[in-house]
Amino acid sequence: MLRDALLVAGKDLRIEWRSRVATNQILPVALMILLLFGFALDPDSPVLDRATPGLFWVAVLVVAVLAVERSFSLEAGDGVRDALRLSGLDPAGVFLGKFLALAAQLAAVQVVLIVGVVLLFGRDLAGLPLLVATGLAANAGIAAAGTLYGVLAAGLRVRETLLPLLLLPVLAPVLIAATRAMEHALDGAPADGWPWFNLLAVFALTYTGFGTLAFGPLLEDS
Amino acid sequence: MTSPHPASTASPATRVLGVVCLAGMAVLVFLAFVASPKDAVQGDLVRLLYIHPALAWTAYLACFVAFGASIQHLRRRTQGSDVLAHAAVEVGTVLTALTLATGSIWGRPTWGVYWVWDARLTSTAMLFLLLLGYLAIQRIDAPPQVRSRRAAIVGVLLVPNVILVHQSVEWWRTLHQDATLARRDFDFATSDLFMFTLVFSVVVMTLVFVWLLMHRFRVGWLELQADEVWLDEAIDARRAEGAVT
Repeated sequence: MLRDALLVAGKDLRIEWRSRVATNQILPVALMILLLFGFALDPDSPVLDRATPGLFWVAVLVVAVLAVERSFSLEAGDGVRDALRLSGLDPAGVFLGKFLALAAQLAAVQVVLIVGVVLLFGRDLAGLPLLVATGLAANAGIAAAGTLYGVLAAGLRVRETLLPLLLLPVLAPVLIAATRAMEHALDGAPADGWPWFNLLAVFALTYTGFGTLAFGPLLEDS
Repeated sequence: MTSPHPASTASPATRVLGVVCLAGMAVLVFLAFVASPKDAVQGDLVRLLYIHPALAWTAYLACFVAFGASIQHLRRRTQGSDVLAHAAVEVGTVLTALTLATGSIWGRPTWGVYWVWDARLTSTAMLFLLLLGYLAIQRIDAPPQVRSRRAAIVGVLLVPNVILVHQSVEWWRTLHQDATLARRDFDFATSDLFMFTLVFSVVVMTLVFVWLLMHRFRVGWLELQADEVWLDEAIDARRAEGAVT
């Protein structure tokens, strides 16, 4: 199963690396969202400073929807889905592979956004262990839920509009918890932020577990 | 559903249930607007509580029916469980919307605002969106088995999602605010009639919910059959054409 997961993750990341869609389209969109927030909320006012964690995670969620769509549009053409089904790969492995590839891309997005926050919004980073742990746990949650809902919307004519409707309400707890954890980390009170990390971890585990179980029947059908 | 083309979705049992619902509603309206007194603190506003908690209860009940039916569909893949889950979500969506609406109407004069970011309100709003997502996936253009399977996965995730949202909002608000406005400041013991009307409204709404659910289920079932009949008729027509030439 793990071998299958690495195969699928390697395939997805290789396609991304060669097609440059993630680096040339999705990352610039993430940066653009930061600039839009700067335009909307006067960068000289304290509002932007106080809202930074929330804006950061809203940007991550919006970009995550794009990345999930991209991840499943890779397999939309040329009967790739049928090929994947016939390949004999363990469905749980396929789920974990797509999950890993998505998580890796989201991690890259977060690094770029964090650099953007430091440079554009002038925030100093503090509470680094909590910040990194929050990023990883939130990432795992978003990638797991994204992969699961991504396959639910995959291959449909309405997928672009259906995916955000299905995925964003589900990701609300991630937004709440990750924003609070980041607030506490940046405010220099990481001890208050760790319970939020726990919530993120529970979310990630729930969705990874359910996705591993449910992916088989979903892949068979579609 | 004995005849292949029934004229209505009613059966003797649902007719009786419908009459009981109507009579119960009439009694509820009498109890709520005529028999019961004004509340000492809330005045006439208290009368909204004769419908709002009952709506909320039936909305949650609908979600649990959908949750159970979705699990059943994933286990047995029967068409009936899919139709039942779909029916429950559709009725539940309306009930959730009504819960939010009546809650806001009650909240405005009581709290001074239509909305507070309290765990119960926020998770009910999120539930409404999750239900809309379920209905959206029931309308996708895919083969019926694919649609049912995907909808069932969304249906199974309804309850855990709402619990996660509720838990996270509760933490968030309790960590940031001393007390939520949701603490209701009236005394249940003051009026026996109040208590009775409240419980009675829950019973009546539950019956109305069951009645609506049964009818919606039968409509869904007939829709399924209509699809099959249409296909059979089309095949017969093509065969007849073949026989003539």
